[in-house]
Amino acid sequence: MLVEAKSGHTGGPLSCTDFATTLYFNVLNHDPKNPKHPDRDYVVYSIGHVTPVNYSLLAECGYFPLRDLMTFRKLGTHLQGHPSYLDTPGVEASTGSLGQGLSISLGIALGLRMDGKPNRVYCIMGDAEHQEGATWEAVMAAANFKVDNLCAVLDLNNAQIDGRMEEIMNIHPIADKYRAFRWNVIEIDGHDVLQILDAYRRAMSTKGSPTVIIAHTKMGRGVSFMEGDYKWHGNPPSPEQGEKALSELGTTYGIWSKRLRES
Amino acid sequence: MIVKEGTAVEKKRTREGFGKALAELGRDHPNVVVLTADVKGSVNVNYFADEFPSRFFNCGVAEQNMCDVAAGLSLAGKIAFIATYGCFASTRCLDMIRTTVCYANLNVKIVGSHGGLLTGPDGASHQALEELGLMRVLPNMKVMIPCDFWEAKRATRAAAATPGPCYLRLSRESIPVLTSEDSPFTLGKGVVMRQGGDVALVACGVMVSEALSAAEMLAKDGIDARVINIHTVKPIDSELLIKAAADCGAIVTAEEHQVHCGLGSAVAEVLVRSLPVPMEFIGVNDSFGMSGEGYELLTKYGLRDTNIASAAKKVIERKRR
Ligand SMILES: Cc1ncc(C[n+]2csc(CCOP(=O)(O)OP(=O)(O)O)c2C)c(N)n1
Repeated sequence: MLVEAKSGHTGGPLSCTDFATTLYFNVLNHDPKNPKHPDRDYVVYSIGHVTPVNYSLLAECGYFPLRDLMTFRKLGTHLQGHPSYLDTPGVEASTGSLGQGLSISLGIALGLRMDGKPNRVYCIMGDAEHQEGATWEAVMAAANFKVDNLCAVLDLNNAQIDGRMEEIMNIHPIADKYRAFRWNVIEIDGHDVLQILDAYRRAMSTKGSPTVIIAHTKMGRGVSFMEGDYKWHGNPPSPEQGEKALSELGTTYGIWSKRLRES
Repeated sequence: MIVKEGTAVEKKRTREGFGKALAELGRDHPNVVVLTADVKGSVNVNYFADEFPSRFFNCGVAEQNMCDVAAGLSLAGKIAFIATYGCFASTRCLDMIRTTVCYANLNVKIVGSHGGLLTGPDGASHQALEELGLMRVLPNMKVMIPCDFWEAKRATRAAAATPGPCYLRLSRESIPVLTSEDSPFTLGKGVVMRQGGDVALVACGVMVSEALSAAEMLAKDGIDARVINIHTVKPIDSELLIKAAADCGAIVTAEEHQVHCGLGSAVAEVLVRSLPVPMEFIGVNDSFGMSGEGYELLTKYGLRDTNIASAAKKVIERKRR
């Protein structure tokens, strides 16, 4: 879809893929045929720019046909460059302006708790948006309000637009900061599915405080020429690079096109 | 000057002009400092950063902090430029700009790149369409929107040379080059790009090129359109506008911005007080942007030369009534 769109973000979506896929297929309580189901868990992408993984998962789950992915970022599409609440089934909030998702998630979590409902809220966050002051207002408030139906997942890939996060504006020691704010902190290898599953389970059984899963990940995970390179933040692959990337990820453009046509 | 898609018109980026001028300013003025928020390359402050690393601060993704740090730097005697995407530079920092920067008339220059629909596929979240209005209503603020690469260079120099806060709107995509390196420029003074007496097309930014092209279309129908480039939306050139209203008796404004509160409103505010004439407004009509290619979006939202030309015919009709 990124090759077809000729613009968009590649590196971040790949670092989120393992924990986000696990979330949708093994953890979430949701009904793709009824996106507004009152019993659903919510997923808010505070890092709006990772729409490639967001939309791919929504399509794979059946919120809309896979072939729609090829309209990503084009005029008239429901798959906007950044998530649009009013356009796309399964998108729970309009984001794209960083550092707002945790506050939104907190509001949803509070609303659900008020109604005595068991639904959970997952907030996908990036490392660089921890540079925004607003993120920390939400971190403080979530602990203060003791929302245990809120689970943030932090894609700690140490990359942002202008370079390595640690060199541009270091957010570390990030786990200690969350602990100091009285969050339940779980640190994992964000590409180890067993660790990911275990973290979601532990978050679910935590009472009295919100949980942050700090997922240590790699920018551009799974594609040799992208891995660890911040320059892949906001660029799509060329058709050749796309083919190479797909083959490294165990598929081909041909297989993909066939799936899209049949969707 | 005819500017048409597909013809061999030179196109360049206004953000590039800004970046080049900023590096030049750095050489002449040791007290110019530059801040950005993790978008160094996209807003082209990389030239300045490479040449003057000790006067450059990458604040990370933290626009509000950046804006108030710039305020502090200006209190310490520096000329502080902050540069990020226009939506974040304006809306995210609005309280800081209003209460800290403008209220104290601080020497902070706010540069909003990726203004307007030309931002393209990133979509509504990244297409600033309201910042000219938001900035224009703030006391002490000056608002500039260059029509091309060279004008962006001049506007950057003017921003540094004029004390107090200033907002500069730039665009992501390459747009036609309409002026030359040595064209004159005075902050607050509009530029007549084409003479004419039947209708005045008052435009800013990329819409100046669309207005010039509209004027050529109108000429074929025997309509003589004046084209005015308002590179400074505030303070606006009242004298030039009143003269245009007197000479032409009809005005069309064109902006890559919400029609409410932007250039069109500013022009109307001047004219209703002194010389009301029929007006039409080309701009985004109270809606958000969307993903698509830049020029595709200008067409979709009715911001092309053809739209300006039809509005001109309509407004001329009204003047005859
Ligand atoms: C408020 C705000 N400021 C700036 C941007 C522009 N921007 C988009 S993504 C990004 C960097 C984000 O870094 P990270 O979340 O670590 O993403 P990754 O590179 O890991 O995908 C920036 C600065 C934005 N979208 N919102």
